Amino acid sequence: MRLRFSLNGQPAECDTPPTRRLSELLREDLGLRGTKVGCDAGDCGACTVLVQGEPVCACLTPAARIDGQNVETVEAEDPVLARLRAAFLRQGAAQCGICTPGMLMAAAALLRDRPRPTPAEAEAALGGVLCRCTGYAAIIAAVCDAWRDGDPPAAVTGAVGAPLPRLDGAEKVAGDAFGADVWQPGGLRLHAIRSPHFHAAFSFGDLATWAARHRAQVFTAADIPGRNVFGAIPSFADQPALAVSHVRFRGEAVAIVAVEDDGHDPDLSDFPVTWTPQDACLDPAEAARCAPLHPARPGNLLIEGRVRKGDAAAALAASTHVAEATTETGFVEHAYIEPEAGAAWMEGDTLCIRACTQAPVMDRDETALILDLPPERLRILPSAVGGGFGSKLDVSLQPLIGLVTLRTGRPCRMVFSRQESMASTTKRHPSRITGRIGCDAKGRITGVEVEGIFDTGAYASWGPTVANRVPVHISGPYRTPAIHARARAMHTNGPVAGAFRGFGVPQAAIWQEPLFDRLAAAAGIDRLEFRILNALQTGDATATGQVLRAAGIRDCLVALRPAWTRALAEAAAANARPGPVRHGVGVASCWYGCGNTSLPNPSTIRLGITRQGEVVLHQGATDIGQGANTVITQIAAEALGLPVTAFRLIGPDTHLTPDAGKTSASRQTYVTGRAAQAAGAALRAAVLRMANAGEGASLALEGAALLVRDGGRTTRIDLAALPADGSGYALSAEETYDPPTAPLDDDGQGTPYAVYGFGAQLVELSVDTALGTVALHRITAAHDVGRAINPQLARGQIEGGIAQGVGLALMEEYIPGRTENLHDYLIPTTGDIPPVESLLIEVPDPEGPYGAKGLGEHVLIPTAPAILNAIHHATGATVTRLPALPHRVLDAIRKAGS
Amino acid sequence: MGDYLRPRSLHEALAAMATGPWRLLAGGTDLYPAEKGRALTFPVLDLAGLDGLRGIAATDNGLRIGACTTWADIARTPLPPALAALQQAAVEVGGPQVQTAGTLGGNLCNASPAADGVPPLLACDAKVELACQRGTRQMALSDYLTGPRQTLRAPDEILTAILIPQTGLSGRSRFLKLGARRYLVISIAMVAVRLAADAGRITDAAVSVGACSATARRLPAVEAALAGHAPHLAATAVRDADVAAALAPMDDLRASAAYRATAAAELIRRALSDLASSGASEPAWGTA
Repeated sequence: MRLRFSLNGQPAECDTPPTRRLSELLREDLGLRGTKVGCDAGDCGACTVLVQGEPVCACLTPAARIDGQNVETVEAEDPVLARLRAAFLRQGAAQCGICTPGMLMAAAALLRDRPRPTPAEAEAALGGVLCRCTGYAAIIAAVCDAWRDGDPPAAVTGAVGAPLPRLDGAEKVAGDAFGADVWQPGGLRLHAIRSPHFHAAFSFGDLATWAARHRAQVFTAADIPGRNVFGAIPSFADQPALAVSHVRFRGEAVAIVAVEDDGHDPDLSDFPVTWTPQDACLDPAEAARCAPLHPARPGNLLIEGRVRKGDAAAALAASTHVAEATTETGFVEHAYIEPEAGAAWMEGDTLCIRACTQAPVMDRDETALILDLPPERLRILPSAVGGGFGSKLDVSLQPLIGLVTLRTGRPCRMVFSRQESMASTTKRHPSRITGRIGCDAKGRITGVEVEGIFDTGAYASWGPTVANRVPVHISGPYRTPAIHARARAMHTNGPVAGAFRGFGVPQAAIWQEPLFDRLAAAAGIDRLEFRILNALQTGDATATGQVLRAAGIRDCLVALRPAWTRALAEAAAANARPGPVRHGVGVASCWYGCGNTSLPNPSTIRLGITRQGEVVLHQGATDIGQGANTVITQIAAEALGLPVTAFRLIGPDTHLTPDAGKTSASRQTYVTGRAAQAAGAALRAAVLRMANAGEGASLALEGAALLVRDGGRTTRIDLAALPADGSGYALSAEETYDPPTAPLDDDGQGTPYAVYGFGAQLVELSVDTALGTVALHRITAAHDVGRAINPQLARGQIEGGIAQGVGLALMEEYIPGRTENLHDYLIPTTGDIPPVESLLIEVPDPEGPYGAKGLGEHVLIPTAPAILNAIHHATGATVTRLPALPHRVLDAIRKAGS
Repeated sequence: MGDYLRPRSLHEALAAMATGPWRLLAGGTDLYPAEKGRALTFPVLDLAGLDGLRGIAATDNGLRIGACTTWADIARTPLPPALAALQQAAVEVGGPQVQTAGTLGGNLCNASPAADGVPPLLACDAKVELACQRGTRQMALSDYLTGPRQTLRAPDEILTAILIPQTGLSGRSRFLKLGARRYLVISIAMVAVRLAADAGRITDAAVSVGACSATARRLPAVEAALAGHAPHLAATAVRDADVAAALAPMDDLRASAAYRATAAAELIRRALSDLASSGASEPAWGTA
């Protein structure tokens, strides 16, 4: 069908099938890839464009409908969009950037109607676009702030401590290039055949005949040249890239179909595979009695983590007060708005894979083993990442696209559907945690006895990390003289449970923090003061016997006192009015060790100054929206003594950047930051030596010259005259940092992490006791970040982590086969997140760069337990099964009342 | 790729419907989510060219809403207070993007048990108009909806309009939707209530509940109990047992069946209270 229409103010024409999705037409035919596709179902709004000025989901719009119409996309040059882009940058409203085009277009439609909207109007106008990173506050602020035009862009000055707008922000507000947005034309497009069963044997029919009839090529496990196994932790690697003869979870891939990338979808309905379903083990509590999923793991036990200090049973027996509980959580989906996507091609004999990832070097090493390639013949080029939160640590499509390109020599690409993404990638571990905590008559914690079962699903992934982290952290950031904590990761035929912001610690906090409220009540102590009384302090030993060097939890809790007093008074005043709505206040804490648990996890940073006078930072830490590109640069700039504006970033790219490890475990600001600080300092030392200048000298670049001012003396280093070093720079430095940790012994005693971050959150809410619904009113979050390298980005992490905590608490549960979309699986919308006040506490850690600690995961941990505590305060109801859906809350209210 | 037809007139559309198994495309907000591919793969008859199917007009007998009238159209058109519930539902369907494209007729043809448009229309005694080459017929919406995703629309019929009789345009109405999040949410339960009062007494009460049975339902026993009450006391006349007896809710991932019945009764009371408390200040709106 021939279409004539206006596209971003210009006349456009094209031929297209009439019912083609407009999103396909824009992205594939017209090359406008700023419009993102998150769900193909109208559930996420990422593909929002304007047709005749009205917002529509391009994925639901038939191409025929734009004939004669005016279509506007994020690529439009438009004064309203320009003001919005500037406001988004000012407010830090774009993190990963995948939702940003949809947000901008929905906001543009609003602003043309209402140039100065209220926050409520902005929330309603953007209610159809999901964001998983920001918690929405910065986005709403930007939309309400966009009427201010003519502002000069915020000056990019200062380094450590400066609230700089993100350095990669301009790309984010223009529609960044994610995994699905770059590929080589004329190649193949891949589709996976996946198991519809939790557990089944399978066999293929006549693949050759099917392939010939469909003009397709089919690849199976038999085509894999190397070791058909991957896994985030090498010693536990157990997952095939393509299953060999039977599948262990619903969504597991068994074959890849490659077709010409000419816009046609293959008909996979008659793909010749025969499934023989087998009994599925789906309950982790029963898993020990099921046939082992992996022969080497009898009883389906993947691993047990343990921490034992003192005699917990005796301590509890001697305690004045003991509280016990069992809590349960389900699978939680990361629900980033970018489904996994990527492309592969050959450059000479090097296989290039460009895909969304949090861990480029792990991708390279795992994929190289599967494809039997030496690592140097595999180049991983991470795309912009549209949200990760842990799940994009594991390889997903990398081995698959790599296999096809390696086998055919042709470029290829693959884009997971939303359903495929949700069914096949990792989840947060479901948990069932049972145990007791005691305190003495004065409210001092005496001991903890706890046992957790975690459903690690069909394959190991990060299950060992969860099993090890939970016992270490389950005391909470409180002095605990005696503890006996066990966590077992059990295999089931459920989805693979892996890394998700917090690695099991959020589930642990959901168990432990409500018990502290009960102990405080039993001891007759205010709930916040109970926590302050027990807070770990610098010099205290943790449950693993590690002496803390910079414990900031007490400072965080004390910082909440004014808000706590006010909130309690306001809740009491509100509750004096009759009616079904009851107000409550809750508090909960977090602590979280930054980096791998007792394992090496080094980062390396290279920094060079070119002979032309440009500072080049080889920044291998993937920025998945959290801000590594900006923070690592700020640290390097501070250490070197040159402004951030002088820096050009390279990477991440396994051929161009040294290994900065994975974006995981809240380690990049701390670990890669330390490497950047060291590299900056080393380069600075080299410059000062060359200029024979003292440590207090100041540096400046002037064209191809580097000026070193020391007191009244200025030395001019002519960079162009210097010979290129081994890295091609006039001057360069490369430094590595690995956190000093020590292994845990059989009782979990040792130094698992070098740096811990701390935090506490205060939730104010009301519960409608007739309906069981919860309305969040305000959250005050105090987080000890050691040193806020970039306060704006730190606040963005807090607001975004809280939004995920709200989802965990109130609405999110992934049920395989039933919630494999974003309308049955609910994540918070613009209307679900209350105002968040962030209090940045700085208790510098001697090990962190400029004192900085990690933050990314900490922020999610206290939210859900603080909500549960506030629900209890409001109603007396104890909710032990998450999410606290209205029917569960109402049941708990009735149980409490009876 | 399926066939595609975009007729210019209803006559042309009905002729086509007589010849083949076309799927009707209105707003696309239900057809596309159910489709995995990059385009629709079945024969599509696109209703977008039929201008006569879009818009709201007063008629001798009441009000006629063209089947292709969008949620956004409904929200921004001045309508009688009896249709306030429909307008309130219109801004709760999906997000603004879905409201721009999605149509009332599509909502009724898709016939989800949680269709947001159905309770407000049931509360207004709405009828649907179905056309085919054999003729045009009308039937009550409550008869038309026979089950989840099931209606009495014949394969060759097009749902052309929703008709609100004068009787359904009296009084004022309220819609309440309960879900686990604020926007873009499928209802756990929803209610629409329409009340007409005279001399301080309820003369006509219509109460409907959605997402709590295979199709949304009117609740005659609850309605009967309201008659004659003062509006500000009406909520007290709602008996949980009457509500529960009229519904057949399911346990699903959004809520338990028992919860749904409880919530429906509570939402009915609140809708009644809202109407009573907003009633005094609002001028009466004459019937269309």
